[in-house]
Amino acid sequence: MADGTVAERVIRVFADFKKVPTEDIKLETTFDELGFDSLDGLNLIFELEEEFDIVVPDDKVQSMRSVAEVVEGIESLV
Amino acid sequence: MNRVVVTGVGVVSALGNTAAAFWDSIENGRSGIGPISKIDVEGTRIKNAAEVRGFDPTEYFDDKKLMFLDPFSQYGLAAAREAVKDSGIEFDEKLGGRSGAITGSCLGGKETEDNLFAELYRDKKTRFPPTVIPAAMANAVASQAAMEYGLTGATYTLSTACSSANHAIGNAFWLIRQGTLDAAITGGSEAPLSFGNLKAWEAMRVVSPDTCRPFSKDRNGMILGEGGAMFVIENLEHAKARGAKIYAEIVGFGMSADAHHLTMPLVDGAAKAIRMALDDGGLKPEQVGYVNAHGTATSANDTMESAAVNLVFGDHAKNVFVSSTKSMHGHALGAAGAIEAAATVLGLHNGILPPNINFNEADPECDVNVIANKVIAAEPEAAISNSFAFGGLNAVLAFKRWPN
Repeated sequence: MADGTVAERVIRVFADFKKVPTEDIKLETTFDELGFDSLDGLNLIFELEEEFDIVVPDDKVQSMRSVAEVVEGIESLV
Repeated sequence: MNRVVVTGVGVVSALGNTAAAFWDSIENGRSGIGPISKIDVEGTRIKNAAEVRGFDPTEYFDDKKLMFLDPFSQYGLAAAREAVKDSGIEFDEKLGGRSGAITGSCLGGKETEDNLFAELYRDKKTRFPPTVIPAAMANAVASQAAMEYGLTGATYTLSTACSSANHAIGNAFWLIRQGTLDAAITGGSEAPLSFGNLKAWEAMRVVSPDTCRPFSKDRNGMILGEGGAMFVIENLEHAKARGAKIYAEIVGFGMSADAHHLTMPLVDGAAKAIRMALDDGGLKPEQVGYVNAHGTATSANDTMESAAVNLVFGDHAKNVFVSSTKSMHGHALGAAGAIEAAATVLGLHNGILPPNINFNEADPECDVNVIANKVIAAEPEAAISNSFAFGGLNAVLAFKRWPN
Protein backbone atom coordinates (compact mmCIF):
# COMPACT_ATOMS: atom_id res chain seq x y z
CA MET A 1 0.00 0.00 0.00
CA ALA A 2 1.42 3.37 -1.04
CA ASP A 3 1.86 6.10 1.56
CA GLY A 4 -0.01 9.38 1.75
CA THR A 5 -3.50 10.70 1.55
CA VAL A 6 -5.69 10.04 -1.48
CA ALA A 7 -4.98 13.57 -2.69
CA GLU A 8 -1.20 13.12 -2.35
CA ARG A 9 -1.30 9.82 -4.19
CA VAL A 10 -3.50 11.22 -6.95
CA ILE A 11 -1.14 14.15 -7.40
CA ARG A 12 1.82 11.75 -7.58
CA VAL A 13 0.06 9.75 -10.33
CA PHE A 14 -0.63 12.95 -12.26
CA ALA A 15 2.96 14.12 -11.85
CA ASP A 16 4.39 10.76 -12.96
CA PHE A 17 2.01 10.71 -15.92
CA LYS A 18 2.97 14.21 -17.02
CA LYS A 19 6.62 13.70 -16.04
CA VAL A 20 6.63 16.90 -13.98
CA PRO A 21 7.45 17.61 -10.30
CA THR A 22 4.51 17.03 -7.91
CA GLU A 23 4.66 20.75 -7.01
CA ASP A 24 3.39 21.52 -10.52
CA ILE A 25 0.12 19.68 -9.90
CA LYS A 26 -2.43 21.55 -7.82
CA LEU A 27 -5.87 20.42 -6.74
CA GLU A 28 -7.47 23.06 -8.94
CA THR A 29 -5.44 22.01 -12.01
CA THR A 30 -7.79 20.94 -14.82
CA PHE A 31 -7.32 18.33 -17.56
CA ASP A 32 -7.45 21.14 -20.11
CA GLU A 33 -4.62 23.00 -18.35
CA LEU A 34 -2.58 19.82 -18.49
CA GLY A 35 -3.29 19.57 -22.22
CA PHE A 36 -5.14 16.27 -21.80
CA ASP A 37 -7.24 14.98 -24.66
CA SER A 38 -9.78 12.18 -24.19
CA LEU A 39 -7.23 9.38 -24.59
CA ASP A 40 -4.86 11.02 -22.06
CA GLY A 41 -7.77 11.17 -19.65
CA LEU A 42 -8.51 7.47 -20.14
CA ASN A 43 -4.86 6.57 -19.69
CA LEU A 44 -4.67 8.57 -16.49
CA ILE A 45 -7.81 6.93 -15.10
CA PHE A 46 -6.22 3.56 -15.90
CA GLU A 47 -3.09 4.56 -13.92
CA LEU A 48 -5.30 5.63 -11.02
CA GLU A 49 -7.21 2.34 -11.11
CA GLU A 50 -3.87 0.56 -10.86
CA GLU A 51 -2.62 2.80 -8.03
CA PHE A 52 -5.75 2.36 -5.92
CA ASP A 53 -6.77 -1.10 -7.20
CA ILE A 54 -10.28 0.11 -7.94
CA VAL A 55 -12.66 0.18 -10.89
CA VAL A 56 -13.83 3.63 -11.92
CA PRO A 57 -17.27 3.27 -13.53
CA ASP A 58 -17.68 4.78 -17.01
CA ASP A 59 -20.22 7.36 -15.87
CA LYS A 60 -17.90 8.62 -13.11
CA VAL A 61 -15.12 9.23 -15.61
CA GLN A 62 -17.23 11.89 -17.32
CA SER A 63 -17.28 14.01 -14.16
CA MET A 64 -13.51 13.95 -13.68
CA ARG A 65 -12.11 17.02 -15.37
CA SER A 66 -9.74 18.35 -12.69
CA VAL A 67 -7.39 17.01 -10.04
CA ALA A 68 -9.91 17.90 -7.32
CA GLU A 69 -12.71 16.09 -9.13
CA VAL A 70 -10.49 13.05 -9.52
CA VAL A 71 -9.64 13.08 -5.81
CA GLU A 72 -13.32 13.37 -4.97
CA GLY A 73 -14.20 10.54 -7.36
CA ILE A 74 -11.45 8.26 -6.03
CA GLU A 75 -12.35 8.98 -2.40
CA SER A 76 -15.87 7.76 -3.09
CA LEU A 77 -14.50 4.50 -4.46
CA VAL A 78 -11.77 3.52 -1.95
CA MET B 1 -15.48 3.36 -67.37
CA ASN B 2 -17.51 0.30 -66.51
CA ARG B 3 -20.63 0.52 -64.42
CA VAL B 4 -20.77 -1.80 -61.43
CA VAL B 5 -23.83 -3.47 -59.91
CA VAL B 6 -24.64 -5.57 -56.87
CA THR B 7 -26.07 -8.91 -57.96
CA GLY B 8 -25.78 -11.06 -54.86
CA VAL B 9 -26.15 -10.47 -51.12
CA GLY B 10 -25.26 -12.71 -48.18
CA VAL B 11 -25.52 -11.88 -44.49
CA VAL B 12 -24.74 -13.59 -41.20
CA SER B 13 -25.60 -11.28 -38.30
CA ALA B 14 -27.40 -10.80 -35.04
CA LEU B 15 -30.45 -10.02 -37.18
CA GLY B 16 -30.45 -13.39 -38.90
CA ASN B 17 -28.16 -15.73 -40.77
CA THR B 18 -29.46 -15.10 -44.29
CA ALA B 19 -30.05 -11.88 -46.19
CA ALA B 20 -33.80 -12.60 -46.10
CA ALA B 21 -33.85 -13.09 -42.32
CA PHE B 22 -31.65 -10.00 -41.88
CA TRP B 23 -34.01 -7.88 -43.97
CA ASP B 24 -37.06 -9.20 -42.16
CA SER B 25 -35.53 -8.07 -38.86
CA ILE B 26 -34.65 -4.65 -40.30
CA GLU B 27 -38.14 -4.17 -41.70
CA ASN B 28 -39.64 -4.99 -38.34
CA GLY B 29 -37.12 -2.97 -36.34
CA ARG B 30 -36.06 -5.99 -34.30
CA SER B 31 -33.03 -5.64 -32.07
CA GLY B 32 -30.29 -8.25 -32.19
CA ILE B 33 -28.77 -6.91 -28.98
CA GLY B 34 -28.92 -8.94 -25.78
CA PRO B 35 -26.88 -10.53 -22.98
CA ILE B 36 -23.67 -12.14 -24.20
CA SER B 37 -24.09 -15.89 -24.17
CA LYS B 38 -21.13 -17.32 -26.06
CA ILE B 39 -18.52 -16.51 -23.43
CA ASP B 40 -18.49 -16.01 -19.68
CA VAL B 41 -18.60 -12.26 -19.09
CA GLU B 42 -17.79 -12.48 -15.37
CA GLY B 43 -14.93 -10.03 -14.85
CA THR B 44 -15.86 -7.53 -17.55
CA ARG B 45 -18.30 -4.64 -17.49
CA ILE B 46 -19.41 -5.45 -21.04
CA LYS B 47 -22.51 -7.60 -20.64
CA ASN B 48 -24.50 -7.05 -23.84
CA ALA B 49 -23.67 -7.49 -27.50
CA ALA B 50 -25.28 -8.25 -30.85
CA GLU B 51 -24.37 -11.92 -31.16
CA VAL B 52 -24.88 -14.21 -34.11
CA ARG B 53 -27.35 -16.83 -32.89
CA GLY B 54 -28.38 -20.22 -34.19
CA PHE B 55 -25.39 -20.43 -36.48
CA ASP B 56 -24.12 -24.01 -36.58
CA PRO B 57 -20.85 -24.02 -38.53
CA THR B 58 -21.07 -27.77 -39.10
CA GLU B 59 -24.08 -27.14 -41.30
CA TYR B 60 -21.82 -25.15 -43.61
CA PHE B 61 -18.38 -26.71 -43.35
CA ASP B 62 -16.90 -30.18 -42.96
CA ASP B 63 -14.52 -30.96 -40.09
CA LYS B 64 -11.39 -30.61 -42.19
CA LYS B 65 -12.33 -27.16 -43.40
CA LEU B 66 -13.54 -26.03 -39.97
CA MET B 67 -10.10 -26.58 -38.47
CA PHE B 68 -8.98 -23.58 -40.51
CA LEU B 69 -11.97 -21.34 -39.91
CA ASP B 70 -11.99 -18.87 -37.06
CA PRO B 71 -15.57 -17.66 -36.42
CA PHE B 72 -14.82 -14.50 -38.45
CA SER B 73 -14.07 -16.78 -41.42
CA GLN B 74 -17.13 -18.91 -40.81
CA TYR B 75 -19.34 -15.82 -40.96
CA GLY B 76 -17.51 -14.39 -43.95
CA LEU B 77 -17.45 -17.57 -45.98
CA ALA B 78 -21.07 -18.47 -45.18
CA ALA B 79 -22.11 -14.98 -46.32
CA ALA B 80 -19.96 -15.29 -49.46
CA ARG B 81 -21.61 -18.58 -50.35
CA GLU B 82 -25.05 -17.08 -49.93
CA ALA B 83 -24.11 -14.08 -52.08
CA VAL B 84 -22.73 -16.28 -54.85
CA LYS B 85 -25.77 -18.54 -54.81
CA ASP B 86 -28.10 -15.55 -54.72
CA SER B 87 -26.37 -13.94 -57.71
CA GLY B 88 -26.51 -17.11 -59.80
CA ILE B 89 -23.01 -16.28 -61.04
CA GLU B 90 -20.89 -19.18 -62.25
CA PHE B 91 -17.17 -18.72 -61.98
CA ASP B 92 -15.81 -20.73 -64.89
CA GLU B 93 -12.09 -20.60 -65.66
CA LYS B 94 -12.37 -17.48 -67.80
CA LEU B 95 -14.51 -15.48 -65.35
CA GLY B 96 -12.57 -16.80 -62.35
CA GLY B 97 -9.42 -15.42 -63.95
CA ARG B 98 -10.98 -11.97 -64.03
CA SER B 99 -12.55 -12.13 -60.57
CA GLY B 100 -11.25 -11.70 -57.03
CA ALA B 101 -12.23 -11.67 -53.39
CA ILE B 102 -11.62 -8.43 -51.52
CA THR B 103 -12.57 -8.49 -47.87
CA GLY B 104 -12.35 -6.35 -44.77
CA SER B 105 -11.73 -7.27 -41.16
CA CYS B 106 -10.45 -5.29 -38.23
CA LEU B 107 -9.37 -8.15 -36.00
CA GLY B 108 -9.04 -11.19 -38.25
CA GLY B 109 -8.85 -14.41 -36.26
CA LYS B 110 -8.38 -12.87 -32.83
CA GLU B 111 -10.71 -15.41 -31.23
CA THR B 112 -8.37 -18.21 -32.32
CA GLU B 113 -5.40 -16.24 -30.99
CA ASP B 114 -7.14 -15.38 -27.75
CA ASN B 115 -7.78 -19.08 -27.10
CA LEU B 116 -4.18 -19.93 -27.95
CA PHE B 117 -2.80 -17.27 -25.59
CA ALA B 118 -5.05 -18.41 -22.75
CA GLU B 119 -3.87 -22.00 -23.14
CA LEU B 120 -0.25 -20.91 -23.57
CA TYR B 121 0.13 -18.46 -20.67
CA ARG B 122 -2.58 -19.63 -18.28
CA ASP B 123 -2.64 -23.38 -18.85
CA LYS B 124 1.07 -23.67 -19.76
CA LYS B 125 0.21 -25.74 -22.77
CA THR B 126 3.25 -26.19 -24.95
CA ARG B 127 2.02 -27.54 -28.30
CA PHE B 128 -0.47 -26.02 -30.71
CA PRO B 129 -2.01 -27.24 -33.93
CA PRO B 130 -0.60 -25.99 -37.23
CA THR B 131 -4.01 -24.56 -38.09
CA VAL B 132 -3.67 -21.48 -35.87
CA ILE B 133 -1.71 -19.26 -38.26
CA PRO B 134 -3.82 -19.87 -41.38
CA ALA B 135 -7.00 -19.62 -39.30
CA ALA B 136 -6.01 -16.40 -37.59
CA MET B 137 -4.68 -14.48 -40.58
CA ALA B 138 -6.92 -11.56 -41.51
CA ASN B 139 -6.96 -12.54 -45.19
CA ALA B 140 -8.35 -16.00 -44.44
CA VAL B 141 -11.80 -15.16 -45.79
CA ALA B 142 -10.49 -13.71 -49.05
CA SER B 143 -8.23 -16.71 -49.57
CA GLN B 144 -10.92 -19.25 -48.65
CA ALA B 145 -13.43 -17.62 -51.01
CA ALA B 146 -10.87 -17.48 -53.82
CA MET B 147 -10.09 -21.18 -53.36
CA GLU B 148 -13.71 -22.17 -53.16
CA TYR B 149 -14.68 -20.42 -56.38
CA GLY B 150 -11.41 -20.48 -58.31
CA LEU B 151 -10.94 -16.72 -58.29
CA THR B 152 -7.40 -15.98 -59.46
CA GLY B 153 -7.62 -12.20 -59.94
CA ALA B 154 -6.85 -9.43 -57.43
CA THR B 155 -7.60 -10.86 -53.98
CA TYR B 156 -6.68 -9.23 -50.69
CA THR B 157 -7.88 -7.98 -47.33
CA LEU B 158 -8.01 -4.48 -45.93
CA SER B 159 -7.86 -3.68 -42.25
CA THR B 160 -8.80 -0.14 -41.33
CA ALA B 161 -10.63 -0.76 -38.06
CA CYS B 162 -14.30 0.15 -38.40
CA SER B 163 -13.93 1.25 -42.03
CA SER B 164 -12.42 -2.06 -43.21
CA ALA B 165 -15.44 -3.34 -45.12
CA ASN B 166 -16.17 -0.04 -46.82
CA HIS B 167 -12.57 0.25 -47.93
CA ALA B 168 -12.73 -3.32 -49.24
CA ILE B 169 -16.00 -2.86 -51.13
CA GLY B 170 -14.80 0.48 -52.51
CA ASN B 171 -11.59 -1.09 -53.76
CA ALA B 172 -13.44 -3.96 -55.40
CA PHE B 173 -15.81 -1.46 -57.02
CA TRP B 174 -12.95 0.59 -58.44
CA LEU B 175 -11.14 -2.50 -59.73
CA ILE B 176 -14.24 -3.53 -61.69
CA ARG B 177 -14.96 0.01 -62.83
CA GLN B 178 -11.45 0.41 -64.22
CA GLY B 179 -11.60 -3.01 -65.89
CA THR B 180 -9.08 -4.93 -63.81
CA LEU B 181 -11.78 -7.36 -62.68
CA ASP B 182 -15.15 -8.36 -64.12
CA ALA B 183 -16.61 -9.57 -60.84
CA ALA B 184 -15.73 -9.73 -57.15
CA ILE B 185 -16.85 -11.24 -53.90
CA THR B 186 -16.49 -8.40 -51.44
CA GLY B 187 -17.57 -7.40 -47.95
CA GLY B 188 -16.35 -7.90 -44.42
CA SER B 189 -16.62 -10.13 -41.39
CA GLU B 190 -15.76 -9.92 -37.71
CA ALA B 191 -15.91 -12.01 -34.55
CA PRO B 192 -14.89 -9.63 -31.76
CA LEU B 193 -16.53 -11.32 -28.78
CA SER B 194 -13.53 -12.92 -27.16
CA PHE B 195 -12.82 -12.19 -23.51
CA GLY B 196 -9.49 -10.49 -24.22
CA ASN B 197 -11.05 -8.22 -26.80
CA LEU B 198 -13.95 -7.32 -24.51
CA LYS B 199 -11.46 -6.30 -21.81
CA ALA B 200 -9.63 -4.12 -24.32
CA TRP B 201 -12.91 -2.45 -25.39
CA GLU B 202 -13.94 -2.02 -21.76
CA ALA B 203 -10.87 0.18 -21.24
CA MET B 204 -11.95 2.47 -24.09
CA ARG B 205 -15.06 3.36 -22.08
CA VAL B 206 -17.25 3.75 -25.14
CA VAL B 207 -19.39 0.63 -24.77
CA SER B 208 -22.94 1.03 -23.51
CA PRO B 209 -23.94 -0.94 -20.41
CA ASP B 210 -27.32 -1.69 -22.03
CA THR B 211 -28.10 -0.92 -25.66
CA CYS B 212 -27.26 1.17 -28.70
CA ARG B 213 -29.28 4.41 -29.20
CA PRO B 214 -27.75 6.26 -32.14
CA PHE B 215 -28.53 9.99 -32.41
CA SER B 216 -30.85 9.79 -29.39
CA LYS B 217 -30.15 12.27 -26.64
CA ASP B 218 -29.97 9.45 -24.09
CA ARG B 219 -27.35 7.47 -26.04
CA ASN B 220 -24.57 6.10 -23.87
CA GLY B 221 -22.22 4.25 -26.16
CA MET B 222 -21.82 1.53 -28.71
CA ILE B 223 -22.68 -2.13 -28.58
CA LEU B 224 -20.29 -4.62 -30.14
CA GLY B 225 -21.70 -6.86 -32.84
CA GLU B 226 -20.43 -9.77 -34.87
CA GLY B 227 -21.12 -11.35 -38.22
CA GLY B 228 -20.38 -10.80 -41.86
CA ALA B 229 -21.91 -9.59 -45.07
CA MET B 230 -20.66 -10.32 -48.57
CA PHE B 231 -21.73 -9.23 -52.01
CA VAL B 232 -21.23 -10.32 -55.55
CA ILE B 233 -20.56 -7.16 -57.50
CA GLU B 234 -19.91 -7.20 -61.22
CA ASN B 235 -19.55 -5.25 -64.40
CA LEU B 236 -23.04 -4.14 -65.49
CA GLU B 237 -22.60 -5.51 -69.02
CA HIS B 238 -21.56 -8.85 -67.59
CA ALA B 239 -24.57 -8.91 -65.30
CA LYS B 240 -26.92 -7.97 -68.12
CA ALA B 241 -25.46 -10.57 -70.47
CA ARG B 242 -26.23 -13.36 -68.03
CA GLY B 243 -29.63 -11.94 -67.10
CA ALA B 244 -28.69 -11.33 -63.48
CA LYS B 245 -31.02 -9.82 -60.94
CA ILE B 246 -29.67 -6.40 -59.96
CA TYR B 247 -30.12 -5.04 -56.44
CA ALA B 248 -28.48 -1.65 -56.89
CA GLU B 249 -25.68 0.12 -58.69
CA ILE B 250 -22.59 1.03 -56.76
CA VAL B 251 -21.58 4.41 -58.13
CA GLY B 252 -19.17 6.11 -55.79
CA PHE B 253 -16.44 5.58 -53.23
CA GLY B 254 -14.76 8.27 -51.16
CA MET B 255 -12.04 7.97 -48.56
CA SER B 256 -10.08 10.34 -46.41
CA ALA B 257 -7.92 10.57 -43.31
CA ASP B 258 -8.61 13.00 -40.48
CA ALA B 259 -4.87 13.25 -39.76
CA HIS B 260 -5.99 14.51 -36.38
CA HIS B 261 -6.45 12.07 -33.50
CA LEU B 262 -6.59 8.32 -32.94
CA THR B 263 -10.03 8.28 -31.35
CA MET B 264 -11.61 11.73 -31.66
CA PRO B 265 -13.29 11.99 -35.07
CA LEU B 266 -13.13 15.17 -37.12
CA VAL B 267 -16.06 16.69 -39.01
CA ASP B 268 -13.88 17.82 -41.90
CA GLY B 269 -12.48 14.35 -42.51
CA ALA B 270 -15.89 12.70 -42.53
CA ALA B 271 -17.37 15.43 -44.73
CA LYS B 272 -14.47 15.10 -47.14
CA ALA B 273 -15.08 11.35 -47.57
CA ILE B 274 -18.81 11.91 -48.13
CA ARG B 275 -18.11 14.64 -50.69
CA MET B 276 -15.58 12.47 -52.48
CA ALA B 277 -18.04 9.57 -52.67
CA LEU B 278 -20.63 11.87 -54.24
CA ASP B 279 -18.10 13.34 -56.68
CA ASP B 280 -16.79 9.89 -57.56
CA GLY B 281 -20.34 8.79 -58.34
CA GLY B 282 -21.23 11.93 -60.26
CA LEU B 283 -23.97 12.59 -57.71
CA LYS B 284 -25.33 15.95 -56.68
CA PRO B 285 -26.22 16.14 -52.97
CA GLU B 286 -29.90 16.59 -53.96
CA GLN B 287 -29.93 13.10 -55.51
CA VAL B 288 -29.18 11.46 -52.18
CA GLY B 289 -32.22 10.60 -50.08
CA TYR B 290 -30.79 8.22 -47.50
CA VAL B 291 -27.69 8.05 -45.34
CA ASN B 292 -26.90 4.81 -43.58
CA ALA B 293 -24.91 6.44 -40.81
CA HIS B 294 -21.84 5.20 -39.05
CA GLY B 295 -23.96 6.11 -35.99
CA THR B 296 -22.11 4.29 -33.24
CA ALA B 297 -24.17 5.96 -30.48
CA THR B 298 -21.06 7.35 -28.86
CA SER B 299 -21.29 10.95 -27.84
CA ALA B 300 -18.43 11.96 -30.14
CA ASN B 301 -19.39 10.14 -33.34
CA ASP B 302 -23.03 11.07 -33.61
CA THR B 303 -22.56 14.81 -33.13
CA MET B 304 -19.59 14.81 -35.49
CA GLU B 305 -21.44 12.77 -38.13
CA SER B 306 -24.54 14.98 -37.91
CA ALA B 307 -22.37 18.03 -38.48
CA ALA B 308 -20.67 16.36 -41.44
CA VAL B 309 -24.03 15.48 -43.04
CA ASN B 310 -25.20 19.07 -42.62
CA LEU B 311 -21.93 20.42 -43.96
CA VAL B 312 -22.14 18.35 -47.15
CA PHE B 313 -25.88 18.43 -47.80
CA GLY B 314 -26.60 21.98 -46.61
CA ASP B 315 -30.27 22.90 -47.00
CA HIS B 316 -30.99 19.48 -48.52
CA ALA B 317 -29.95 17.77 -45.25
CA LYS B 318 -33.48 18.07 -43.84
CA ASN B 319 -34.74 15.98 -46.77
CA VAL B 320 -32.17 13.24 -46.27
CA PHE B 321 -33.34 10.33 -44.17
CA VAL B 322 -30.69 9.09 -41.76
CA SER B 323 -30.53 5.89 -39.76
CA SER B 324 -27.93 3.87 -37.96
CA THR B 325 -28.77 0.20 -38.26
CA LYS B 326 -26.14 -0.42 -35.56
CA SER B 327 -29.11 0.17 -33.26
CA MET B 328 -30.17 -3.35 -34.29
CA HIS B 329 -27.07 -5.31 -35.41
CA GLY B 330 -24.52 -3.61 -33.18
CA HIS B 331 -21.11 -2.37 -34.22
CA ALA B 332 -19.48 -5.22 -36.10
CA LEU B 333 -16.22 -3.26 -36.54
CA GLY B 334 -14.54 -4.49 -39.73
CA ALA B 335 -17.81 -6.03 -40.90
CA ALA B 336 -19.90 -2.96 -40.07
CA GLY B 337 -19.63 -1.33 -43.49
CA ALA B 338 -20.65 -4.56 -45.21
CA ILE B 339 -23.65 -5.27 -42.97
CA GLU B 340 -24.71 -1.64 -43.38
CA ALA B 341 -24.19 -1.78 -47.14
CA ALA B 342 -26.54 -4.79 -47.11
CA ALA B 343 -29.14 -2.73 -45.22
CA THR B 344 -28.66 0.13 -47.70
CA VAL B 345 -28.77 -1.99 -50.86
CA LEU B 346 -31.76 -4.04 -49.69
CA GLY B 347 -33.45 -0.82 -48.62
CA LEU B 348 -33.00 0.73 -52.08
CA HIS B 349 -34.11 -2.53 -53.69
CA ASN B 350 -37.25 -2.86 -51.56
CA GLY B 351 -38.17 0.83 -51.49
CA ILE B 352 -38.08 0.75 -47.70
CA LEU B 353 -35.56 2.63 -45.60
CA PRO B 354 -34.17 0.92 -42.47
CA PRO B 355 -35.13 2.32 -39.07
CA ASN B 356 -32.93 3.70 -36.34
CA ILE B 357 -34.40 1.93 -33.33
CA ASN B 358 -33.99 2.93 -29.67
CA PHE B 359 -34.50 6.54 -30.71
CA ASN B 360 -36.10 8.07 -27.64
CA GLU B 361 -35.36 11.76 -27.77
CA ALA B 362 -34.01 14.11 -30.42
CA ASP B 363 -30.63 15.63 -29.59
CA PRO B 364 -30.13 19.27 -30.66
CA GLU B 365 -26.48 18.32 -31.17
CA CYS B 366 -27.56 15.75 -33.78
CA ASP B 367 -29.62 17.84 -36.19
CA VAL B 368 -30.39 15.18 -38.79
CA ASN B 369 -33.62 13.65 -40.09
CA VAL B 370 -33.52 10.34 -38.20
CA ILE B 371 -35.79 7.48 -39.28
CA ALA B 372 -37.07 7.06 -35.76
CA ASN B 373 -37.89 3.49 -34.73
CA LYS B 374 -40.01 2.47 -37.75
CA VAL B 375 -39.19 1.96 -41.42
CA ILE B 376 -40.14 4.55 -44.01
CA ALA B 377 -41.35 3.65 -47.49
CA ALA B 378 -39.30 5.74 -49.91
CA GLU B 379 -37.50 5.36 -53.19
CA PRO B 380 -34.57 7.73 -53.11
CA GLU B 381 -32.49 7.92 -56.25
CA ALA B 382 -29.29 7.40 -54.32
CA ALA B 383 -28.02 6.50 -50.86
CA ILE B 384 -24.70 6.58 -49.08
CA SER B 385 -23.27 4.40 -46.34
CA ASN B 386 -20.71 5.90 -43.97
CA SER B 387 -17.87 4.28 -42.06
CA PHE B 388 -15.54 6.31 -39.86
CA ALA B 389 -12.79 4.37 -38.12
CA PHE B 390 -10.61 4.85 -35.08
CA GLY B 391 -7.40 6.24 -36.46
CA GLY B 392 -9.42 8.83 -38.35
CA LEU B 393 -9.84 6.77 -41.52
CA ASN B 394 -13.09 7.42 -43.34
CA ALA B 395 -14.72 5.45 -46.16
CA VAL B 396 -18.07 6.18 -47.78
CA LEU B 397 -19.94 4.19 -50.42
CA ALA B 398 -22.59 5.62 -52.74
CA PHE B 399 -25.32 3.47 -54.30
CA LYS B 400 -28.04 4.20 -56.80
CA ARG B 401 -31.44 2.57 -56.84
CA TRP B 402 -31.80 0.15 -59.73
CA PRO B 403 -35.25 0.48 -61.29
CA ASN B 404 -36.84 -2.96 -61.23
